[in-house]
Amino acid sequence: MPGRTISEKILSMKSGRDARAGDLLICAVDYAMATDGSAPMAIDYFEQMGGKGVFDPQRIVFVMDHYSSSAHEATMALQQKMRDFAQKHAIFIHEIGAGISHQLMLETGRTRPGGLLIGADSHSVTGGSLNAFATGVGSSDLAAAMICGRIWLKVPQTIKIILDGNAPEGVYAKDIALALAEQLGADGASYQALEFHGPAVEAMEIDDRIVLSNMSVEMGAKAGIFGADARTFEYLKDRTTERLVPVEADPDAHYVREIVIGVSSLEPRIAHPHAVDKVTSLTAALGTPIQMVYIGTCTGGRVCDFHQVLGILAAAGRLAPGVQLLLSPASKEVELQLQEDGTLEQLRQLGATITVPGCGSCCGTAGPIPADGVNVLSTANRNFKARMGNARASIYLGSPAACAAAAVTGRITDPRKLQN
Amino acid sequence: MGDDVNTDYIISSSRKKETPDPQQLKKYLLETIDPSFAGSVQPDDLLVTGKNFGCGSAMEIAVSVLLAAGIRAVLARSFARTFYRNAINNGLIPVECDTKGIHEGDRLIVTLGEQAILVRNETSGQELVGSPFPAIILDLVTAGGLVPYFKIHHDFVA
Repeated sequence: MPGRTISEKILSMKSGRDARAGDLLICAVDYAMATDGSAPMAIDYFEQMGGKGVFDPQRIVFVMDHYSSSAHEATMALQQKMRDFAQKHAIFIHEIGAGISHQLMLETGRTRPGGLLIGADSHSVTGGSLNAFATGVGSSDLAAAMICGRIWLKVPQTIKIILDGNAPEGVYAKDIALALAEQLGADGASYQALEFHGPAVEAMEIDDRIVLSNMSVEMGAKAGIFGADARTFEYLKDRTTERLVPVEADPDAHYVREIVIGVSSLEPRIAHPHAVDKVTSLTAALGTPIQMVYIGTCTGGRVCDFHQVLGILAAAGRLAPGVQLLLSPASKEVELQLQEDGTLEQLRQLGATITVPGCGSCCGTAGPIPADGVNVLSTANRNFKARMGNARASIYLGSPAACAAAAVTGRITDPRKLQN
Repeated sequence: MGDDVNTDYIISSSRKKETPDPQQLKKYLLETIDPSFAGSVQPDDLLVTGKNFGCGSAMEIAVSVLLAAGIRAVLARSFARTFYRNAINNGLIPVECDTKGIHEGDRLIVTLGEQAILVRNETSGQELVGSPFPAIILDLVTAGGLVPYFKIHHDFVA
């Protein structure tokens, strides 16, 4: 038998079997998470299934992020239904404004090496950045897990992604993620896990690893996993008191494919409307007029992202006329840190509108939506038609730096040209 | 339907914030791709699509709205994994097969067997073999989905 991948090792621990790619296993989950986009339905399923109690209220997390600043009566009723259920079953609930579920699952120390996390939201794969097997499910799977603490999972084959070299100045994790989407396509990793290795990974901050794990679902992946190292432990140091045991792949683990990305020679990327894998170099998109810039989401709404944005905005001194700049910090922790160091105040003075931490405008559910005919450049992970709530708008995706460059010029611009 | 039809196209996130009721949402089914689609669906219609059907968001309402519209099975060259799970859990049959030779209006008969799924195209005479369901999935499908399965077992029985 060959060695095992990180996914095979974690799913072995959670199933009590020697888990190998292709096996269908019943696994014990460490945390089950649902948002206001999925929990109301999960509660209905729970009741239809005859659920009486939850398996362990400490291991269930509810987050109100999708409709964080909605003003619709029906939405308020759905959130109230979550609050009532959470209270009845003593489930912890992150209230409106606390942030995006995926960011909170990292910040609160619930995502740890070797853990199995399921979330009723596709971007739950974000947890792979901290060496956990984290994957998205629907509301019914979540309901079943709330009852019994278990889920059936097919052990995925793994694609080994080797990030070779070092990212040059002006090339960011988002560019690497888009390059990967370009190469693999929207279903290039369907039913499979991505495992990230290579020198560029070792040099990568956790905030950047998060971007790659987060975007792995855009290639159809079930998980996007990193190993654990000193950066992982540093990130979790003040966030958990649990003993952290890293899970490494065996040197002779079997991978279904190996993809090497030469990061040193990578150019900034842009995804064009209306598909995440419709990617070109940023250079090929230069000059595209942009009327709305959105910086935030579980892909690009962390402290380092806003610092980059401020650098570019402050150097220019103003927004381009006719550009609307919307910012949503990924969490309250991010928001408070940016408030403390003065970033938010400066961004406001430069013309940005800052919205409540949460999913915000990303999926057209909370916050401003683009007008007809508007081109948006966003740090988000998806650019499907109507994604931001208007089918007559067009969404481009890029790094926070690319977004900031467009905000000050009114068109797609190479941020490296501005920084020099 | 073509390739990479995502769940936002099946039912838009901004529609579902108003109600999670599939009966009310079914009039918006696939509106982003074809506004006239929802009105054209007849009970027991099958949806035939290309690869990676149901990609993007894991929202289960995409499956519920298809079922509410009267669609019992979706045939695709491949499915996104969350859509596939959600379909199984709700009793919508996902049939993974080569859909290239199927045309709009063809009469199809789908037979679920333990060894394979058979799709007979009565219009063209073509016979297709779909990927079979593994045991636990077949148990869920046979039970009619995760809700009836849990009503009986209250847990996963391996």
